[in-house]
Amino acid sequence: MSEITIKGRIGTSLPHESAHLHVSGEARYTDDIPEPIGTLHVAIGMSERAHARIRSIDLGPVKEAPGVVDVMTAEDIPGRNDIGGPLRDDPIFADGLVQYVGQSVFAVAATSVEHARRAARLAVIEYEDLEPILDIDTALEKQSFVIPTMKLSRGDADRAIRGAPHRLQGQLRFGGQDQFYLEGHIAFALPKEDGDMLVYSSSQHPGEVQVVVAHALGKTAKDVIVECRRMGGGFGGKETQPALFASIAALIASRTGNAVKVRPDRDVDMIMTGKRHGYRVDYDVGFDEQGVIRGVDFMFASRCGMSADLSGPVNDRTMFHADNAYFLENVSITSHRCKTNTVSNTAFRGFGGPQGMMAIEWVIDEIARSLEIDPLDVRMRNFYGIGERDITPYQMKVEDNRLMEIIPELETSSDYRQRRLEIAEFNGSSELLKKGIALTPVKFGISFTATHYNQAGALILIYSDGTVQLNHGGTEMGQGLFTKVAQVVAEELQIDIGRIRCTASDTAKVPNASATAASSGSDLNGMAALAAARELKGRLTQFAAEQFDVPPDQVRFSNDAVHIGEERLSFAELANRAWMGRVSLSATGFYRTPKIHYDRTTLTGRPFYYFAYGAAVSEVLIDVLTGEYKVTRVDILHDVGESLNPAIDMGQIEGGFIQGMGWLTTEELWWNAKGELQTHAPSTYKIPVASDMPQVFNVSLLETGRNNEPTIHRSKAVGEPPLMLAISVFHAIKDAIASVGEQRLSPHLSGPATPEEVLMAIEDLNRRLAAEREHASAGVA
Amino acid sequence: MTATQQSTSGTSSDRVRFILDGEVRTVRDVDPNTTVLNYLRETLRRTGTKEGCAEGDCGACTVVLGELDGDRVRFRAINSCIQFVPTLDGKELFTVESLRAPDGALHPVQEAMVEFHGSQCGFCTPGFIMSLFAMYRSEPEPSKARINDILAGNLCRCTGYRPIIEAAEEMYRLPPHGGNGNGGWTHSPYSASGDDEPSAGEREMVERLRSIERRGTLVVTGPDLSGGRRTYYAPTTIADFAELVERYPDAYILAGGTDIGLWVTKHHMDLDTVIYLGDVAELKVLAASQTHIEIGAAVTITDAHALIDSHFPDMGEMYRRFASPPIRNAATIGGNVANGSPIGDSMPGLIALGASLVLRRGPESRELPMDEFYLAYQKTALEPGEFVERVRVPLEPSDRHFRTYKITKRFDQDISAVCAAYCFRLEDGRARDVRICYGGMAAIPQRASECEQALEGREWNESTLAAGMAALDRDYTPIEDMRASAEYRQMVTRNLLRKLFLETSGWQGETRVIEGGR
Repeated sequence: MSEITIKGRIGTSLPHESAHLHVSGEARYTDDIPEPIGTLHVAIGMSERAHARIRSIDLGPVKEAPGVVDVMTAEDIPGRNDIGGPLRDDPIFADGLVQYVGQSVFAVAATSVEHARRAARLAVIEYEDLEPILDIDTALEKQSFVIPTMKLSRGDADRAIRGAPHRLQGQLRFGGQDQFYLEGHIAFALPKEDGDMLVYSSSQHPGEVQVVVAHALGKTAKDVIVECRRMGGGFGGKETQPALFASIAALIASRTGNAVKVRPDRDVDMIMTGKRHGYRVDYDVGFDEQGVIRGVDFMFASRCGMSADLSGPVNDRTMFHADNAYFLENVSITSHRCKTNTVSNTAFRGFGGPQGMMAIEWVIDEIARSLEIDPLDVRMRNFYGIGERDITPYQMKVEDNRLMEIIPELETSSDYRQRRLEIAEFNGSSELLKKGIALTPVKFGISFTATHYNQAGALILIYSDGTVQLNHGGTEMGQGLFTKVAQVVAEELQIDIGRIRCTASDTAKVPNASATAASSGSDLNGMAALAAARELKGRLTQFAAEQFDVPPDQVRFSNDAVHIGEERLSFAELANRAWMGRVSLSATGFYRTPKIHYDRTTLTGRPFYYFAYGAAVSEVLIDVLTGEYKVTRVDILHDVGESLNPAIDMGQIEGGFIQGMGWLTTEELWWNAKGELQTHAPSTYKIPVASDMPQVFNVSLLETGRNNEPTIHRSKAVGEPPLMLAISVFHAIKDAIASVGEQRLSPHLSGPATPEEVLMAIEDLNRRLAAEREHASAGVA
Repeated sequence: MTATQQSTSGTSSDRVRFILDGEVRTVRDVDPNTTVLNYLRETLRRTGTKEGCAEGDCGACTVVLGELDGDRVRFRAINSCIQFVPTLDGKELFTVESLRAPDGALHPVQEAMVEFHGSQCGFCTPGFIMSLFAMYRSEPEPSKARINDILAGNLCRCTGYRPIIEAAEEMYRLPPHGGNGNGGWTHSPYSASGDDEPSAGEREMVERLRSIERRGTLVVTGPDLSGGRRTYYAPTTIADFAELVERYPDAYILAGGTDIGLWVTKHHMDLDTVIYLGDVAELKVLAASQTHIEIGAAVTITDAHALIDSHFPDMGEMYRRFASPPIRNAATIGGNVANGSPIGDSMPGLIALGASLVLRRGPESRELPMDEFYLAYQKTALEPGEFVERVRVPLEPSDRHFRTYKITKRFDQDISAVCAAYCFRLEDGRARDVRICYGGMAAIPQRASECEQALEGREWNESTLAAGMAALDRDYTPIEDMRASAEYRQMVTRNLLRKLFLETSGWQGETRVIEGGR
């Protein structure tokens, strides 16, 4: 048996397929594509009011500004003025009514970016102000919802809560989060012949951009091609949002016949596009002396912004993750999707899941503090069982519970118990600085809850020189999807990955592709590519068997070569012979996820093919005078099944964790009283930097990980689940604050836990302690 | 003789000359407000350098400038998105495209980033590469904490930083293989050449830079966006500079441009006349005497850091957290001071230390205590035609206690919600010469006079502290904004006084998480 020399087999830590281009500046993003002569640049005129009727728009000064070539508003759209879903509530340009500060009102195209941006500032818009709803509480009070409220329940939560030995009620709030992809939104449209349009779009969902652009132009899908080689980050922010910029680019390209680029700057990007939903959660829980939950009632209210966008499925996912890793026998979940006059919120890594988990993790922590039990013990007592206590509130059986392996292993490897003792000792002697620790688990459902999205197509072309072009409906945003799928194909064809070129996501190659989202990229596209590769391998096998007159089972692909009985051909030789022999060397592959189904009205069934699991232990050090803190140590154990590429999976885990930490610590969205977002650039919106990475950061993949389901090489999705490991940081901070009250009172803490939030929680705790002392002394007197 | 008269005398220049990929580039008739980033991307079509924010906060646009430093060169990362093209004059510009060896091999920085999986989406990567390249050529193998500092101005949203930090450590261990060709010598780390003799490649670079050295004033005129012309002056002597400022009192005085750059990129302002002070030799003075530190208006924060840190470690720590290395490599203390932002971090410390400013108009100079410089929101005591020449920081009395604290949402590279500085002496257990200044608490950097009075001459104990804390509420009525609520600002302002008290009254134990956290 000859030694394997080919590179790129599955399970190897191959660098990202574009790494050498990233580091040399040669990787081409949409803004780097050479511009044809006459390319126009667009700036978008934005609403200055949160809620108002437009009385008049004077675009005269805009049109007369230097360099301006074209100006357009809603009435100039030949097709449909909408980028939204079925509700058609997301206009490209506001048509008489503006519903948030920053909403697109008109567009101006000029000979340079600077000319366009300056001109856009010259519009004179008269408004008739209407009363805005700027926060969740007001929306709840006014019953202002983008879509109807949903309920999910099992058992009798109310009765179980009332009958339980202990009961707690409370409220938790946490904010949203900007995706802050480093490459902002961008679209570049090139008009072709006969009304066709080519659009380069930084998009996680070129197929949707294609449809929206076609509708805006009054055309059909066949008339529009959307292409995306790579994005400079997506994180959900480029799932539905790119359609706005692509539509405007295509509309102006269609009107003028010029190539048109729409590249909002960072501030406009952050003001104009949707983010993670912020939430208010009201809870009511009944539990026993051991901390086991008897019944729990959740009321979720999320800030959806001015339109529905993806708020339906985002909030559904919140409901599906309000159990996280815990068996909730009697549970009632109400989910309000609040309409506010702020930007319409959208997908962001986790897609509502993190918010559901925040709720239950908070409740578990509160139970533990009220009973003075280590929160980890309360968590373990409530975990889903194996073969019992394993049905989720939405009636899906948890068949693949890995937490029974993960938690004990992590508890030991992180030295959790010992450190908790040491921390208590430290806190006893340190007045100014306090430490806290927390272990939290993650169980995250994998599959789009929109069942029809769980399909994928791939296209593989083998050329007569034995090289391969690989295309599929997934998009590359840095997550390493192209690398993993190429590895799948290299493994199947047993060829060196250097023979394979991944080509840009392109609606002209794979039709109707789903968004690359829901962590499903490799699961879906890997399987589709595998199917295409198998098809081609089958044809080559058949051809070789016939040529050499051997049975097909004596044709074996290995190490960039094909063994046919006693013969051996290089892969290139076989490809050439197959071409000469008139064998079709292109194939499509298709995959749809099996087993999944659910009833959208009752929210029950099996929405997920399987679950991804992980857990993290975080330790923090806080300053009780300022609220400042540092995350000093984090230990993570995460299940990625059989990893397709351990380095890429580690990157997803670490990166997801740090991003989640940002959400719950420094990343604060702040609107003023007029509804203007004031944190719209990195100077004011603070994502983690290098020094925020925990000093000690131990991350491991669960070695026994193997997907129970026959996913692509038994791997597991890894894009979103690790983000939620960062909930441990929030609870470690809470734990440190609790030490100010000697762990007797539970702190009130909202997300993000900025230094201000931490200090306020400490002050609140001090006030409650003082009141308690006063009460006690009054009692004595 | 005036600067423009000089231009006719032949010692000045009307074109920008800089070096790129080893070749002298000459630029004429460029809009002086053009940023280096836009020039690279739109004019030269070198698109490896990215725009992430256009405000110097994300680092995707980071490039490296090579400059003469005696008979050596030094490499400094800067944010190209807020640097104007004429400021490149006399320098060598390195972009991410500059780094491959003549044979096409990746630079060790690039190779390490590939090998250790330091890129995911890749958009921030060129900026990281350039920050790391500057470090690779400037200092020997750094500690993790130092790497964190170097990278404080580079945001990555994908990786969580661990692999990048690993690459930053490992790149020093990769074999250099750049050869001796053009630029190849930069493929060896600083530690290999160290402080020894410059290599042949470095000597060539020194020669190249000398070949474009300029003595007279640079006067660049170029088109603005609406058919007019704009002018940029870069004089080299203080006399010429003073004369230009007096002649054009409405001109914008440009130092590092780390704020002025944003006026162009964010506010779309027209800077029709710009006078750059970065080439004025006399303004680069940085010296310590027995009694004072003197910091010329053109001294960058990077250059001033070591000297300040050696005398006032807390001020050094504050400057370590001041913006990011690329910003500090461009930004000047003079610019921070003259700009007069209520949240500028230089002022509280300098005012507490009793610093003064030397102001100059034409040939006339005057010295003004710094706390008298700020009159109202963004209004200073500068007369038309006058400029800040230098900052003078007294070193005496030497028995002063000095502390400064910077409160932000994020530790590194964040603008202060509150910046506090305290200076006082303890004499027989009593507080003397108390000077307290806070930033972020009023429309200007403002001394806490009520609090100072409450402490002055009192015994340094809990009851004095309580009086001081209460007085702070009378000193300030802060605003609420995206950085903090008024309540938090007030609360933390009081608590920082307590922290000062603990740190100066024999308290045992840690008082700062950043020490435990670093």
